[in-house]
Amino acid sequence: MFQVRIHGRGGQGVVSAAEMLSVAAFDEGRFAQAFPSFGSERMGAPVMAFCRIDTREIRSREPVMQPDALIIQDPTLLHQVDLFSGLAAGGFILINSRRSAEELGIAELAHGIGHDHLCTVPASDLALKHTGRSMPNAALLGGFAAITGQLHLDSVTKAIREKFPGKVGEANVAAAEAAYEHVMKERQSPAPHA
Amino acid sequence: MLKQTEGSHAIAEAVALCRPEVICAYPITPQTHIVEGLGEMVKDGSLTGCEFINVESEFAALSVAIGSSAAGARSYTATASQGILFMAEAVYNAAGLGLPIVMTIGNRAIGAPINIWNDHSDSMSMRDAGWIQLYAENNQEAADLHIQAFRLAEELSCPVMVCVDGFILTHAYERVDIPTQAQVDEYLPPFEPVQQLDCDDPVSIGAMVGPEAFFEVRYLQHYKQQRALELIPHFAEEFKNLFGRESGGLVRPYQCDDAETIVVALGSVNGTIKDVVDEMRAAGHRIGVLTLCSFRPFPLTAVRTALIKAKRVVVLEKSLAVGIGGVVSDGVRKALSGVVLRGYTVIAGLGGRAITGKSLRALFEKAERDELEMLSFLDLNWDVVERELERGRQQRRSGPTAENILRDLGPAGARIG
Repeated sequence: MFQVRIHGRGGQGVVSAAEMLSVAAFDEGRFAQAFPSFGSERMGAPVMAFCRIDTREIRSREPVMQPDALIIQDPTLLHQVDLFSGLAAGGFILINSRRSAEELGIAELAHGIGHDHLCTVPASDLALKHTGRSMPNAALLGGFAAITGQLHLDSVTKAIREKFPGKVGEANVAAAEAAYEHVMKERQSPAPHA
Repeated sequence: MLKQTEGSHAIAEAVALCRPEVICAYPITPQTHIVEGLGEMVKDGSLTGCEFINVESEFAALSVAIGSSAAGARSYTATASQGILFMAEAVYNAAGLGLPIVMTIGNRAIGAPINIWNDHSDSMSMRDAGWIQLYAENNQEAADLHIQAFRLAEELSCPVMVCVDGFILTHAYERVDIPTQAQVDEYLPPFEPVQQLDCDDPVSIGAMVGPEAFFEVRYLQHYKQQRALELIPHFAEEFKNLFGRESGGLVRPYQCDDAETIVVALGSVNGTIKDVVDEMRAAGHRIGVLTLCSFRPFPLTAVRTALIKAKRVVVLEKSLAVGIGGVVSDGVRKALSGVVLRGYTVIAGLGGRAITGKSLRALFEKAERDELEMLSFLDLNWDVVERELERGRQQRRSGPTAENILRDLGPAGARIG
């Protein structure tokens, strides 16, 4: 089983992101479960959503306490919420930010999980460029496919098109593809303090 | 068709396949997506022959359903939490009049304190109103139970609630096989009312009944539910033959055959429990779980048969009958009348408190050692409780409890789980 926890703020499409991940996994013939952990549903309040992916039926309904991957949609949560709680050994962290992990002050995390398991991607910028809005969720899913290798980019873009039909979907797919490329490049670059 | 979809949407599709003729709706979290989905289907023409009526309250929603059902229309509504309380009078009326309405409950806590999250307090508050109550374990079953519910309701002329855990199921995306219209048409015949407001053959429905007849009318509601004990497994069997999967029924035992410890629960928590049972079985523990799908009627015989060989029974409940403890455990104890075994009641998950596999494992192992109290509260934060009690001991005007506790806890958004 591969478990994902997505952190963001109300209005950033955190719940939709988890749903799209589950659709992409389903399209690849796997079992998937996505569900939200609603706070008080206010714009800007910290929000979490979860996705589990497995090759067999998923029965557990507990929140994802030990994620294999974390997607941080809003880096301002880094010092407010215990985001990395329970992260599995060898887990992945993908953060929506223009800054590097070093600049965000979390580079030491990379020592625990490996340089190529911790990436930042300017998902809001990419979303703004391609969609005209700074909603980072779809772009981050492209980044997720790149960093974890759990899903094909094609399945992710198919799920995005299903969620957002028409022009909006195509623009979000472009943002996801750009984020995918960004993360692939970042993973191939040498570790900063290697 | 197999698809990855939201629980609420799967339910809306299943209800639409039942060819409802009147849907009346008032929004309340967490059931809103269901009636929104149905509203969209009526508007875009994919659900025909159905009138979608926006009403001004939950009381009106069920009152309209009562009217339309009495007029001979297949009628559906959905609600949750304070919504079911607001329609309480109509809930009893629908059952008393014997109208086969189907209503989804997106299970949610009841205030105060106000809380939008899942537990079973809402449907439990109406457990004796005369409605049949079926609880879904996952979204496939949630969809399937609605199809069975219309069949059952109309066969008996008795309303049915399908109880679906709010957020945990209603807002969860998972794979659901949505049946075809032809399959549902084969399973569910057109609505043939046993009573109908008909201008060509006038009757009145809803007579004033004195001491000479009230008792008998009320007894006949009980009689219907006793008949449901036979019909529910029968319709589940027919469903299995036609749709190729098991859904519904009275109870579902899992790993119970040689179990010394059997857990009993309603709804989606059974999935988490089954994972823990598998884990414990692998470590040599003789444990199983009995999923109760039908809570009203309460399947006394089926529960007795499933539990009679166990050494101990742990009833895990998502509602608290304040002043006594469990609701489901009362029925389980009645089912086990005369049987000597250890019985434990565990209250869990109130107001959306996460029920984790880790906590369940520790709980079940404690039960195996017979170290559980008769009544216990899973993952209750005793420090917080004690601090609030101490405040009350220190000063008379200690202030409102919920606010005091929130202040003690700090920002909720900073926690996980």
